[in-house]
Amino acid sequence: MATHESGLPGVHEHAAPQGFIRKWVFSLDHKVIGLQYYFLALAAVFVGMFLSLLMRIHLIWPTAALPFLGEIKPETYLSLLTMHGTIMVFFVLTTAPQGGFGNYFLPIQIGAPDMAFPVLNMLSFWTTFLGFIVLLAAFVVTGGAPLHGWTGYAPLSALQSAGPGEGLGADLWITSIAIFCIGALMGALNFITTTLDMRAKGMTMMRMPLTVWAWFITAILGLLAFGVLLSAGILLLMDRNLGTSFFVPLVTVNGQLTGHKGGSPLLWQHLFWFFGHPEVYIAILPAMGLCSQLLSVFSRKPIFGYKAMVYAMLSIGFLGFMVWGHHMFMSGMSPYTAFAFSIMTMGIGVPSAIKTFNWLGTLWHGRIRFTSPMLFAIGFVSLFVTGGISGPFLAQPVLDIYLHETYFVIAHFHLIMGVASIFGIFAATYYWFPKMFGRMMNETLAKLHFWLTFVGAYAIFMPMHYSGMAGQLRRYSQGTEVAWIKALTPIQVFISIAAFITIASQFIFLFNLFWSMAKGKKASDNPWEATTLEWTTATPPPHDNFGGHTPVVHNGPYEYSVPGAPRDFVMQSDPEIKAAH
Amino acid sequence: MASFSTTATINEPEISRDDRGTPPPIRDGGNHDGPSLPDYGTRLRRARLGLFVALIPVLMLFVSFTSAYVVRQGLPTLDPRTNNFVRDWIPVELPRLLLLNTFVLLVSSMSMELARRQIRARSMMETASMGPSISVGDRIRVPWLAMTLVLGLAFLFGQWTAWNQLAANGFYVSTTPSSSFVYLLTGAHAAHLLGGIAALFIAGVASVLHGPLKTRSIVVDVTAWYWHFMALLWVYIFCLMKFAG
Repeated sequence: MATHESGLPGVHEHAAPQGFIRKWVFSLDHKVIGLQYYFLALAAVFVGMFLSLLMRIHLIWPTAALPFLGEIKPETYLSLLTMHGTIMVFFVLTTAPQGGFGNYFLPIQIGAPDMAFPVLNMLSFWTTFLGFIVLLAAFVVTGGAPLHGWTGYAPLSALQSAGPGEGLGADLWITSIAIFCIGALMGALNFITTTLDMRAKGMTMMRMPLTVWAWFITAILGLLAFGVLLSAGILLLMDRNLGTSFFVPLVTVNGQLTGHKGGSPLLWQHLFWFFGHPEVYIAILPAMGLCSQLLSVFSRKPIFGYKAMVYAMLSIGFLGFMVWGHHMFMSGMSPYTAFAFSIMTMGIGVPSAIKTFNWLGTLWHGRIRFTSPMLFAIGFVSLFVTGGISGPFLAQPVLDIYLHETYFVIAHFHLIMGVASIFGIFAATYYWFPKMFGRMMNETLAKLHFWLTFVGAYAIFMPMHYSGMAGQLRRYSQGTEVAWIKALTPIQVFISIAAFITIASQFIFLFNLFWSMAKGKKASDNPWEATTLEWTTATPPPHDNFGGHTPVVHNGPYEYSVPGAPRDFVMQSDPEIKAAH
Repeated sequence: MASFSTTATINEPEISRDDRGTPPPIRDGGNHDGPSLPDYGTRLRRARLGLFVALIPVLMLFVSFTSAYVVRQGLPTLDPRTNNFVRDWIPVELPRLLLLNTFVLLVSSMSMELARRQIRARSMMETASMGPSISVGDRIRVPWLAMTLVLGLAFLFGQWTAWNQLAANGFYVSTTPSSSFVYLLTGAHAAHLLGGIAALFIAGVASVLHGPLKTRSIVVDVTAWYWHFMALLWVYIFCLMKFAG
């Protein structure tokens, strides 16, 4: 298949594969790999959503016997919680925006024919896929899935005897995370090398679309963070299987000494959150880049403050490594340390506010086109603000100590990291679907999907702020028999009903996605009248992205409504615009 | 970015390289040469860049181990017999063999560098000759690559032997936190070095099969940089265990 010395570092050109296996399974084409990541994330999100459905059912009908599953026991509830969080964080929020859309569109948006290392790219997907399978295997082994939460706090996660699911299930969980880290690192390596070395002529760093900047910064975060998580996972596996005591202190289980001594559970927390907080930005930065793009495209205006947006993303990425301790205010850390982490955390509000201000500035006086991708982009801004505004509350140790174990935190991170990022994924799907599949998605169904999801997300998570402030504890499988929590049951019932409707509405999206692939209206090469390079090539793009043509970039990525220009948009590869002052 | 002015001037488009016309001026950043095969220099640069990026997570892995090492070393543990907090960090007496292993790895790093320069020179000569009329393979060449491979394997064998000596002295992986770290750090380093050995093996097989010289040169070049990194990393690990343990 190779036209030259293939499978080597630095070689990216390869002939279009012919057979099904080479074309769709073990493909080297970044577009196919992007689709593979996307559909992996799609499968994962429905698994994760199903688990949340079971949790929501259990919370309001704790003794209900479910078909095939029977009554959900407290330990099963913890397993559902663990697997829901792990699947969503790693295999959805990290996989779809970066592995999916990043893989598909980063090379095209910078004018490259492929990723720098196509073989590595293929390996990174299949490694991630293997990680997902290993994780799912935890459901079916003896003892079932682990119950230590997606954060895997020791010593619960470090002792095989700590509970059901902490045997082989927990080993599979850790192994899956380690495999995922390796896949993510391979992907990050490719993203960074491709961005730095394969940009088309004229595509300077400050002409890159903000999506590319977001993928690039996200890759740097991944490069620095996943190695640390991998190291923590190795230490945890050693504690569990080789009798070491990195994370386990002198502790008894059922009155029996475990044989461990001297380890530090806090050491796990430090290592985990050094990864864990940047992971929040790994999930949301691609959505930030995409929504910046969409707000400009559909407002028909240049993005407000392009450079400020770039520097804000860099600042967020940098500060993201300085604030892990705010997840550990409950650990009894020195108040001075807590104060430092608190100040740094609130400092992230500054670049975040700059971005929000610039998004609003982009919309201001724009000729807004309320298409479905635009609705989701605006929805993202709304959710980002709503979820973000509770951040400064939790960044203060005295408040966090009260709120930390409550639903307030669930509301905060689901809105900012979960739903906002998911809105980014939806926006990206509706926006790039025509380029990927050559057809338009049904706009009516898309808007119905948006409104149900948007209202549903708020209906689910806004009440959690109040129940959290009222003292409703998270991770508890049942609240119906505890006096002060029992009073909050009507809120839980409301949240569950909202969740059922919101989950059901996702099938509208699923139907629209597959129906439009076959029956959607044929798309033109540039249906949104956008400026970036992916819209200059055929729909869907050919194997080498530009059909033997090499784009040359003359303009910035957001040249909309340029006075004197023949159209209200100037593409990046159009002749150079020199506006008279 | 767009500027809000009243008029705009549109220049003539520049001719793209695939038209075989004059290549447009490069402003900065972009280096891609079009859909044709990238030249040797581009491929080498890209491969090196990829390698240096790949070294960052390896570095982060060992930085993370180091932080765990330092933290764990200072932790007290409860003695259930006396109910007092005591330190359970018992320094491990490192086998002297590790010194010899260090020497072997440093020598292998030198031979790797000589192998890199050797194949790079051959590759450049091949480029200069532009054809088969000038032979580039007549001189007797020292098999630096094979020597590196042998030295690398010798180092790994030496590490394995050192593990056995540790075990013979009663230091197993779970005996004391310091011995846990010795096994962890040496094992993680050996696993990474195995990757370098695999790359050398691939380059060797390609050589036997008369694979393209330039390709082999790139493989050897990036492996050499990786190998030097592994040698430096080992010196760091050895010092950490020896002087901070």
